[in-house]
Amino acid sequence: MTLSMRRATDLAFQVVALLVLLIALAALGALIFDVVRDGIGRLSWDFITGYPSRRASRAGIFPALTGSVFIILLTAAFALPIGVAAAIYLEEYGKRNFVSRAIEINITNLSAVPSIIYGLLGLGVFVRVMGMGRSVLAGASTLALLALPVVILSTREALRAVPGSIREGSYALGATKWQTIWHQVLPIATPGILTGLILALSRAIGETAPLITMGALTYVSFLPNSLGSPFTVLPIQIFNWTSRPQQDFHANAAAGILVLMALLLTMNAVAIWLRDRYQRKVAL
Amino acid sequence: MSVATGPTPPSLGNIVSQRELTPPASGPCKIEARGMNFYYGDKRALQDISIQILPNVVTAFIGPSGCGKSTFLRTLNRMNDIIPGTRVDGTVLIDDKNIYGPGTRVDELRRTVGMVFQKSNPFPKSIFENVAYGLRINGMAGTRTELTERVEQSLQQAALWDEVKDRLQDSALALSGGQQQRLCIARALAVKPDILLMDEPASALDPIATQRIEELVYNLKKQYTVVIVTHNMQQAARVSDYTAFFWLGRLVEYDRTDKIFTAPSEKLTEDYVTGRFG
Amino acid sequence: MRRFEPLIERGLFLCALVSVGTTVGIIAVLAVDTVAFLREVPITEFLFGTEWTPLFSTPSFGVLPLVAGTALVSMIAMLVALPMGLLSSIYLSEYANSHVRRILKPVLELLAGVPTVVYGYFALLFVTPLLQQVIPTLGGFNALGPGIVMGIMILPLVSSLSEDAMRAVPNGLREGSYALGATKMQTSLRVVVPAAFSGITAAFILAISRAVGETMIVAIAAGQQPRLTLNPLVQIETMTAYIVQVSLGDTPQGTIEYRTIFAVGMLLFIGTFGLNLVSAWLRQRYREEYS
Repeated sequence: MTLSMRRATDLAFQVVALLVLLIALAALGALIFDVVRDGIGRLSWDFITGYPSRRASRAGIFPALTGSVFIILLTAAFALPIGVAAAIYLEEYGKRNFVSRAIEINITNLSAVPSIIYGLLGLGVFVRVMGMGRSVLAGASTLALLALPVVILSTREALRAVPGSIREGSYALGATKWQTIWHQVLPIATPGILTGLILALSRAIGETAPLITMGALTYVSFLPNSLGSPFTVLPIQIFNWTSRPQQDFHANAAAGILVLMALLLTMNAVAIWLRDRYQRKVAL
Repeated sequence: MSVATGPTPPSLGNIVSQRELTPPASGPCKIEARGMNFYYGDKRALQDISIQILPNVVTAFIGPSGCGKSTFLRTLNRMNDIIPGTRVDGTVLIDDKNIYGPGTRVDELRRTVGMVFQKSNPFPKSIFENVAYGLRINGMAGTRTELTERVEQSLQQAALWDEVKDRLQDSALALSGGQQQRLCIARALAVKPDILLMDEPASALDPIATQRIEELVYNLKKQYTVVIVTHNMQQAARVSDYTAFFWLGRLVEYDRTDKIFTAPSEKLTEDYVTGRFG
Repeated sequence: MRRFEPLIERGLFLCALVSVGTTVGIIAVLAVDTVAFLREVPITEFLFGTEWTPLFSTPSFGVLPLVAGTALVSMIAMLVALPMGLLSSIYLSEYANSHVRRILKPVLELLAGVPTVVYGYFALLFVTPLLQQVIPTLGGFNALGPGIVMGIMILPLVSSLSEDAMRAVPNGLREGSYALGATKMQTSLRVVVPAAFSGITAAFILAISRAVGETMIVAIAAGQQPRLTLNPLVQIETMTAYIVQVSLGDTPQGTIEYRTIFAVGMLLFIGTFGLNLVSAWLRQRYREEYS
């Protein structure tokens, strides 16, 4: 091949590769456009505060929205302490022993298990064996297990980012390992830990399959009012409406998607704000 | 071309003889190593170190980079324990107690043997909290008034009080390099150690800040036993009473500073202090 | 206070064990009902039977139609995600300057952040009607639409993992190629990609695993008719969609129909676990090559 032919193929290749990227982005654009077009008409205060109904035009999303918020807060309450504690152990205490390596491999595997399997786990263990029933408690426990690998991973990264010189300075004063972790390492790592938690939660809030499988309802006309209460969440409500043949319900689904996306954007914005605001300078 | 072969580079000898020489110390030694070997995994980094460091003097460890002087310093407060795979063979005694013996409380050891690092490492907290931290975690904090007094005392000892007394709540990271290092010294002194280990404390500082640190070191020996690692021979000559010369993991020579720099016994020492290598 | 530290350490260790408990729990839950299921249905019938009608009065328990459905949708997804993902990773790794990369990469990550139920909506109500204009015989539920959408969703995963693999290739190799007069395309395709082969393959396998385990896109848009076919234009059912279908119904607990979701779940778990293991092993290999 002559040099000019090779240059031409190189340029063509570059164009094709860029085009591929742009097609992917165009797909994203089409999705957003489609959802907004279908749903923006239905989006209203009545919709957000209303209850589901057989009549599409009267249906609202309030129980699902409350359910999602309730579940996410509970999931955070479970996943944060356990995840941070596990990460501290793996990163600060058990660094080189065999058991820790096994746990690490286990966590990596768990992060690639399909989410619906977690639903089956929740069904078998939380709903049935532990007798929680198809409750908010069982749902949050299931999602917490799903979120755990992500929380552990991002917490470990945040811990690792704390400079060793800070730890050394603490040890040299006679501090024990836990004192060093609690008084020096954790405060510095906290913004990173919270950012990781919010990222894990923003994935969990969109999860549908595990909650359907462990028994969340698809038609709920009341607000979940206790840990033992049955519930539904936004994505399941969206799924329900999408699966109906009537076009009006599709509009509801699209509006529901807009609400879900708004929630997601808010969560991610908070994560980014946290990260920027609290990224303290730790050393020169 | 002939090379000057006098055992003394005139500069170092002069530096030493210009100082007021502390008379030779006597009495029980503060720190003693007997046949100590140190390993990073399989690699032996320190070989057969035996030394007796005396109380209330400044002892300098000198030698070319990688000779093991910092490693040996860090064995004295067991900071090397933090690095996985390290091992100590032999005895290290402080106040006649083997610090590597079973039942040694490492955290208590590190309180009594303070350390200042080459690159100052203040915590990302206020100036006050930096000094108070050591007191709090060792249960030495007392009441609020007592704590404030102790913090002030330590900052005075480190010759930093006047510069920071009006801004104790400011972040320690806002201080200059030299001030940060003095803060680290104050922090170490707050928990009332007997011994102060300093690992090239002025190597990252400008000459004026260095001078202040050196003055401080010279004054501290009245109350503490100071061991300082330095790659700067003039600094060793200025500041120390005894000097130990390390090379390739061995202790080559250990004697009073004036002797090391004017009439060393070993040829290797002589070559090093006259600048023939390192 | 310091006396409590060994207790604290033990507590931290127990929290780390929760993840082990999760794996044990998954295996136990799936195994108990799978074993019970296999007591009534011989494993050969399950694995090799070609009719899946567990809810009929005379049920058949051959899982192949579900496996075929999963395989069909996944293949279509991979036809989209693998070449596009690889090309985009080559562009980002070898061509794009840091400005472009800083904008394009996060936007690409957005694709991965969209909830799958939203993709399901998109597949059913936008992509399938669009495709029907080009292919009039396309059914309302089919494998093609969700397959394509799934491919778009998985594209960022392929792209970022492949990019990591290519970034690990030492620059010396590239420079050697350029010094011989090769163009960027030749260097990328003939030097960098082969050098990053294990890492890229690991990315591909992980992407397949992701596609196999995906639920909502197919539950919404692919249908609920198990069918042993390779025709992408007709309704099918995947393993994951079947589990959702039964979970939504009123099949009573303890019956064999109910147990089928655990048996299918076990098959799904074993399949994805195997794929993940291979991918992890490959990733370990490429890290060792260039560490």
